[in-house]
Amino acid sequence: MKTLIANGKIPLAQHYNEDRSIMWTAKDKLLLGLSLSEYLAQAFRNPLNWLFAVIFTFGGYVTITRFVFGLGYVTHSSYDYPWGLFLGFGLFVMVPLSASGFMLGTTVEVFGRDDFKPIERLALLNGLLGYLFAVVFLQVDLGQPWRLIYPMFVSLGPAAVLFLVAWHVATYLSVQVAELVPAFAEMMGMPKLKTFIKSMILGLTIAGIILSTLHQGALGALFTYAPGKVHPLWYSAPFQWFHFFVSSVFAGLSMLIVVSTICKKTMAWRCDRNFLDNLDKLTLGLAKGATLALITYLVIKIIAIAHDGDWGYLASGWGQWYLLEMGAGVILPMILFTISIRNNLPGLARFAAFIAVLGIALNRLNTALFTFNWKMYQEIPHWREVMICITVYSLYIVTYRFVLYRLPILYTWKKDEEAAS
Amino acid sequence: MKAMNRRKFLKGSLLGGVAASVVSKSKNADASASFGGYPDAMGVLVDLTRCVGCRSCEAACNKEQGLPAPAQPFDDLSVLDHKRRTSEGAYTVVNQYEITGQDHPLFRKIQCNHCNEPACLTSCFVNAYTKTPEGAVIYDATVCVGCRTCMVACPFYIPAYSYSSVLNPIIKKCIFCYDTRLKFGRPPACVEACPREVLTFGKRKDLIKIGNNRIANHSDLYEDHIYGENEVGGTSWMYLSSAPFEEVGFDTHLGTQPILSYVKEFLTVVPMVLTIWPALFAGFHLLATRKDKPKNEEKSKI
Repeated sequence: MKTLIANGKIPLAQHYNEDRSIMWTAKDKLLLGLSLSEYLAQAFRNPLNWLFAVIFTFGGYVTITRFVFGLGYVTHSSYDYPWGLFLGFGLFVMVPLSASGFMLGTTVEVFGRDDFKPIERLALLNGLLGYLFAVVFLQVDLGQPWRLIYPMFVSLGPAAVLFLVAWHVATYLSVQVAELVPAFAEMMGMPKLKTFIKSMILGLTIAGIILSTLHQGALGALFTYAPGKVHPLWYSAPFQWFHFFVSSVFAGLSMLIVVSTICKKTMAWRCDRNFLDNLDKLTLGLAKGATLALITYLVIKIIAIAHDGDWGYLASGWGQWYLLEMGAGVILPMILFTISIRNNLPGLARFAAFIAVLGIALNRLNTALFTFNWKMYQEIPHWREVMICITVYSLYIVTYRFVLYRLPILYTWKKDEEAAS
Repeated sequence: MKAMNRRKFLKGSLLGGVAASVVSKSKNADASASFGGYPDAMGVLVDLTRCVGCRSCEAACNKEQGLPAPAQPFDDLSVLDHKRRTSEGAYTVVNQYEITGQDHPLFRKIQCNHCNEPACLTSCFVNAYTKTPEGAVIYDATVCVGCRTCMVACPFYIPAYSYSSVLNPIIKKCIFCYDTRLKFGRPPACVEACPREVLTFGKRKDLIKIGNNRIANHSDLYEDHIYGENEVGGTSWMYLSSAPFEEVGFDTHLGTQPILSYVKEFLTVVPMVLTIWPALFAGFHLLATRKDKPKNEEKSKI
């Protein structure tokens, strides 16, 4: 794409071409204003696409075998570890990292912080795609995925925590789609649709906060069903939902910093000045929010240990693992964030965000897999299970990139009048 | 005027009636908060001191439930050399435990304990599980989505899953022979097959009395505890042992609360968030954007 721009191509960002003689068709918008051969040529030039091609060829095959030969073929079919990587990584890690949507929605729409607008849509998209692919992971893992709607319409178990997760994730997905409709409407030239969504944006955002609070918390509460199985340091009946909720706050914000950094580094051509010029300032703003959530999380984690009387476990091997998770995944990014804010160092904040993302991933995997059944043996996932996870995650990245290239997420769609002048 | 008064009176009494019914309802709710199981629930008392590990119960279960033939025949006792758990092919298994200080090993039969307040049932989001008044915890495979939360929730590691099935993988566990026997008041197949009277079938409350009598009459033989009387809110299957229960593979740290009680703390948060958040955040919005308003009005004037 860079070479094309150097050759005078301008990435498509308005309905008409420069001298207003041609109105771009949907096909032009889809191909970024390039001809098909130009588009394919630039796709083939990108080495990352070749890597994806290898992953999809091999991983796609493995993924198909899961649906042809059953879960038993791609996992170790463990009765003791009913949840493996598909949920441990796909659901429990993806969902907190996607909390950015409701965080930034709240900041901009509820608290009226319009200075965060340049990054709001990226946050919403990060949320939407994260949830969407968490559901894809879930569909890979469910024994009978075609029965996904059973808890909604066929046989209801409303007293179960998972019932709440199912309903809230489904509703929240639709809320997030609605929140991103304006971007789509701008691109496709449907101003009425945009006005309609804008008229109910406050309601949508508050619905997003409620649903997020509850299902982020509910994912934690799912583990309260297993008091003897999850290690006491990662388990706390009264605080589990709060741990998961508060950690999703900094997880979402840190993920947003990471994603915006990747966008800036790899697709600067698609970002406009509004995004690029504000990014450093916004990164530090997000870092402030993340730091507050980190310290809240740290305090409530300590309170949980005190409340449950788990101090003794800290001296054990599991305790050291716990201290490592808290030290490297929570305290370290908290200190780095603070230094970066005080000294105005967005680069350091990006590094801290990266560590915080890894830290939260470790926390969720610890709860769901590593410390689960801590009195028993450790389950090591089957290589096919790992392969499918890599494949689905690659699909997530490709979809993410596809949308970012096209919808006005990182750039502002030029209104016709502006384009004309 | 009179009519008005009458009307007011009627209204008042109606409200009072509603209030009274709400109060009385909440009293019922208090009673159900400590649900101790159905009064006439059946159960089985397993006496570990009598078991010789012949695996007759395993064979009977296999036949009754139409399970696939095992890799090793049921009279092959070498399977006792390693610890097994319930699986999609075996709803009950017998394990052998060497006890320090005793010259012979103890054998323990494992199957679903049919809890009074089953964790699997409370964790199921399609309501596939039912605790029947007869005491069995049964499962409706036709609505199961295959999320396997019940397997995570079960404190006894009982439910298994037929992972190998592509089109209809389901949960596999002991159902107390509900469809073929318990429903008609007959004991499950394993109880009938036992040659040593290890398994006593009867009303749960009677079994507790029997268990306590055995402990009282042979206090030198038995541990002074019926495992399952109170564990996780009480179970229909209960155990007597001559060795400390943790030495025969029982988890003695489960506590007496049903698993649901650990989840309730979160469930009570749900209605609060649902009702308080909208007003709270709408309020935040009004407060946060209060200063912008005059500006906007000025703008519109210009």
